[in-house]
Amino acid sequence: MTAPANAITLADAEQFLYREARLADEGRYDEWEALWTDDALYWVPVADSTDTDERISIICDHRSRIALRVAQLKTGKRHSQDPRSAVARLISNIEIVGHDTDGTRTQATFVAVESRARGITIWAGRVEHTLVQDNDRILMSRKQVRLVNADQPLPTLAFLI
Amino acid sequence: MTAPTPSSGSRYQRLIEDDRVHGSLYTDPAVFADEMERIWYRTWVYVGHESEIPEPGDYVVKSIGPQSIIMSRDRQGGVHLLLNRCSHRGNQLCEARRGNTGALRCQYHGWTFGPDGALLGYPFRQGYGPDTPKSGLGLGRVPRTDAYQGFVFGSFAEEGPTLLEHLGSAREALDRVARLSPLGRVELTAGWLRHEVRANWKMLVENETDGYHPQFVHSSIFEVGESHVAEVYSEKSAATARDLGGGHTEHDLRPQFRHIDVPLAWFGTTEQRLPDYCRAMRERHGDTTAREILVDGSPHIMIFPNLFIAEIQLFVIQPLAVDRTVQHVTPLQFAGAPDLNRRLLHQVSGSVGPAGFLLADDSEMYERNQRGVAARLPEWLVLRRGLNREHIDADGHLAGAATDETTQRAIWRHIRTLLTEECPA
Repeated sequence: MTAPANAITLADAEQFLYREARLADEGRYDEWEALWTDDALYWVPVADSTDTDERISIICDHRSRIALRVAQLKTGKRHSQDPRSAVARLISNIEIVGHDTDGTRTQATFVAVESRARGITIWAGRVEHTLVQDNDRILMSRKQVRLVNADQPLPTLAFLI
Repeated sequence: MTAPTPSSGSRYQRLIEDDRVHGSLYTDPAVFADEMERIWYRTWVYVGHESEIPEPGDYVVKSIGPQSIIMSRDRQGGVHLLLNRCSHRGNQLCEARRGNTGALRCQYHGWTFGPDGALLGYPFRQGYGPDTPKSGLGLGRVPRTDAYQGFVFGSFAEEGPTLLEHLGSAREALDRVARLSPLGRVELTAGWLRHEVRANWKMLVENETDGYHPQFVHSSIFEVGESHVAEVYSEKSAATARDLGGGHTEHDLRPQFRHIDVPLAWFGTTEQRLPDYCRAMRERHGDTTAREILVDGSPHIMIFPNLFIAEIQLFVIQPLAVDRTVQHVTPLQFAGAPDLNRRLLHQVSGSVGPAGFLLADDSEMYERNQRGVAARLPEWLVLRRGLNREHIDADGHLAGAATDETTQRAIWRHIRTLLTEECPA
């Protein structure tokens, strides 16, 4: 794998992923939404799905639906996030797995511990990002979350996974 | 709250009144046990759709309440509902949720079974001698299986009402769904989300045709999204909450959509966006009937006890414990309508499931409701809304306004009947 001259480095990718995780954990919705490109896809598939057009998804948000999701959270009436879940997320095992015309692709492993009235829920899985350099900042055009338990019944997942 | 006495029918006469129900009905494990025996292992329960097992040898793992059920198709095309338990030592037979095979093999000792549940063979035959008959050693079967419009139901009761008698007036809703396909066939091929809630199953059933909650539970998405749903569940709505009998309830949205009089308004889209689908519907039904079908849209019906068709998606409600329920949901898909199907799939992905714009909040309410109803006082839940204005409609059904609790009272009347009737031995 030869990185193009303007490729995003591992160190910069790591900083981006940490920041994205922190904004999501802290419910800083506008700042989180600003990380997305205009052609974004935020995808949390069910276990055996490889195509957003073939199978129902847990989340399948193109850019306008990401905006809708954030707007709903910001109303203060999204009951499943009012009060907001307390979330602490670790993101680790970060690798750059490719560079192509879409951007720099990363893979990582995450564990998110969510606390709300129903109790503690542990979420874990693999996450893939496509990162693009936009002048002096990095944005994400794609985020795909493969939950380890995507083949099982899941509790409500209303925070930004 | 008074501790429940052993559950004779008279107990439920006391706990379920016409306009209020006792909180313990949602929290008492003894009630749940009675419900399993007298409702779930007796009445017709929706299991799956024939389109999920199109080929001989296809199977999917489904459920009737906590019971794991294999729905399979044999070589002759027959559909079987089998219990997911090896007839040898009781091992769970199918681990995969779906597959295709000529023989289901138990991984414990290698016994094999045909798609009709018959025992095909066991390894090391000499150990059984010549006198062991295979015929009595097939898989357990759901005693009665029947289907309507491809919707497969099972009943654990050897005798009782037929499926058509059970469906009664709810049957027409399944016809309405099928009629939305240019080929007259529903297909459930877009996969499932499974969403678990810590709540009693009846909270879900009651909520499915509760027209009072959307303005409050879903106000966040109504505020930021473009949706007509808020109007459907307002005081001014022309929609009707209806008791169809047998515990089946619906929100008949047709009066509201006929008032709007725009094809596909029920789906929040227009004919221009789905030209192929609309052309195919006109070719099948003619211009006038096609327009009527496309204005009326899809039903919003809760077929007791577990099949909820909500316009664009289908839910299956699975109770696991008194305070644990799984909602299985899939987009409705229609044979001969690829452009409609794609749009349905994406709309349903947004609305339902653990992260859905609608269902995450419904589920939050189910769980709060479960926590709330555990409080000792007041002991009763009030179901009086619309008693002052409900009426018998032209078809002989009890009907109320869109936001009335006519539907919840109907569900409870039927539950009371089932829980108080003498249970067959």
